[in-house]
Amino acid sequence: MIQELFEQVKSRVAPPRSATPQRRLDVPDNLLYRCPRCGGVVLMEDFEKNGRVCAECGYHARLAAPERIRMTVDPGSMQELDAGMKSCNPIGFEGYTRKLEQLQKATGLDDAIITGECTIKGQRCVIGVMDSRFMMASMGSVVGEKIARAFEYAVRRRLPVVLFTASGGARMQEGILSLMQMAKTSAAVALHNDAGLLYITVLTDPTTGGITASFASLGDIIIAEPKVLVGFAGRRVIEGTIREKLPEDFQTAEFLQEHGFVDMIVPRHDLRRTLGHLIKLHARPETDTAGITGEGEEHV
Amino acid sequence: MSEGLSAWDRLLLIRDKARPSAADYIPLIFDRFYELHGDRLFGDDHALWGGIAKIDGIPVTVLAQVKGHTLEENKRCNFAMPHPEGYRKALRLMKQAEKFSRPVICFIDTPGAFCGIGAEERGQGEAIARNLMEMMRLKTPIVSVVLGEGGSGGALGLGVCDEMAMLSNAVYSVISPRGCASILWKDPSRERDAAEMLRITAADIVALGIAEAIIEEPAGGAQKNLQLMASNITEYLRGAILKLSKLPIELLLQRRYDKFRSIGEFTEAE
Repeated sequence: MIQELFEQVKSRVAPPRSATPQRRLDVPDNLLYRCPRCGGVVLMEDFEKNGRVCAECGYHARLAAPERIRMTVDPGSMQELDAGMKSCNPIGFEGYTRKLEQLQKATGLDDAIITGECTIKGQRCVIGVMDSRFMMASMGSVVGEKIARAFEYAVRRRLPVVLFTASGGARMQEGILSLMQMAKTSAAVALHNDAGLLYITVLTDPTTGGITASFASLGDIIIAEPKVLVGFAGRRVIEGTIREKLPEDFQTAEFLQEHGFVDMIVPRHDLRRTLGHLIKLHARPETDTAGITGEGEEHV
Repeated sequence: MSEGLSAWDRLLLIRDKARPSAADYIPLIFDRFYELHGDRLFGDDHALWGGIAKIDGIPVTVLAQVKGHTLEENKRCNFAMPHPEGYRKALRLMKQAEKFSRPVICFIDTPGAFCGIGAEERGQGEAIARNLMEMMRLKTPIVSVVLGEGGSGGALGLGVCDEMAMLSNAVYSVISPRGCASILWKDPSRERDAAEMLRITAADIVALGIAEAIIEEPAGGAQKNLQLMASNITEYLRGAILKLSKLPIELLLQRRYDKFRSIGEFTEAE
């Protein structure tokens, strides 16, 4: 039905092009963007200029990881960690290898996350960005390992960690190994936490399942983009289990904040500045001055 | 013996209503079990029992996901699908165990954490996440036994441990075979195929380095001989606790971290 509605709008806004083949409506080179939340239609150009935020309802649409990094880190500061790590289909799941190869080709990614060291508004940190284009950013061995290594790297260098989460959950194609990545990433968060270091999570659309039940919920500060989907179980699963209609705002960032699970909701255009401020606020003078003070004392 | 059964055969065995639950085992394994209720935040979850008991004269904290044998019992224990308050009760009692230097014994037997409005409102994801992080650094030994169904994150919420055993017909899976089939083939009735693909049997779980031991069941499953099963589980727990209690805490925690840290397979660029 929404599809039909869109077709009507489209015919009014743009002259029909008979030669153009039917395309999916959310591909970036399309002329128009239809918001999956409010159904509103805007020019793709305006939507992109607005940081892929719906001007009608404020829905923060999904971003590719390279785009998010470009938007967030200081230009030229990103040094990627563990590039080239790939899944090897550990339980021999039928069709998985081919799917990985197709997605690697289509997205240019090795798997569903990019990690690295960077600066944000001049503040050094370790960053991780999940990319929902890659198997809905599900977590298998590669995602789990890169996150664990990012935290361990941050502990060695005494750096804060900022993770942009997005995921459908654990990756079933790697079976129980995927489930264990929840324990592994949580262990790495604990290590970083015990070292007294700052961990900020930014929940983006969609953050669900095993990711919500592990590192995404463990930040010292949990930020969410407006209107994004965050939850443990899928909406359809819940509807199937309880056979009840779910509240309108169910599992939105706003719903989570209201129930006490999100510290702040920050619009995309404010994120970079907010992250920079928060990291600076947690900077410890001793990491820069401890050595100097120590040397000074030796002279006394 | 149960060798040669397929994952599907085992699923049918563990879905049998007559299969013993933690509630059946607890009185046979422990000298005396004092149930302790509530998470001190919201309520008491009947899907996840907690308490203190003695095994061989050693005080332990027991946490157990409990299935019912009848519809009435299952309504009360919500088919062993815990809410957030169940996981938070478990964490409260684990912290208590740490305080009094008691080993923690977890019995896992759940289709998964409950999916519902209240569970989401009260932070099901956060409750499980918190358990994973806190169990990883809990300064007392943790031993987990999968009695039947090890259902995804709901099982893992009691599954971060120093040693894990599987009953020989028990399964442990990232997703229910039915859920996997409906995502993969849009056909839940192909759960049998999915069950074989996911590598969920006790032998698989040991081979993949997640569990250390298999507790053998008689032919026809644990339901054929409750007394024997209880004594096999007791024997395993006795050994595991004895062994883990001898380790200095720092070493114990390092072993636990290393165990989970090393799980996963991937290739790296040259």
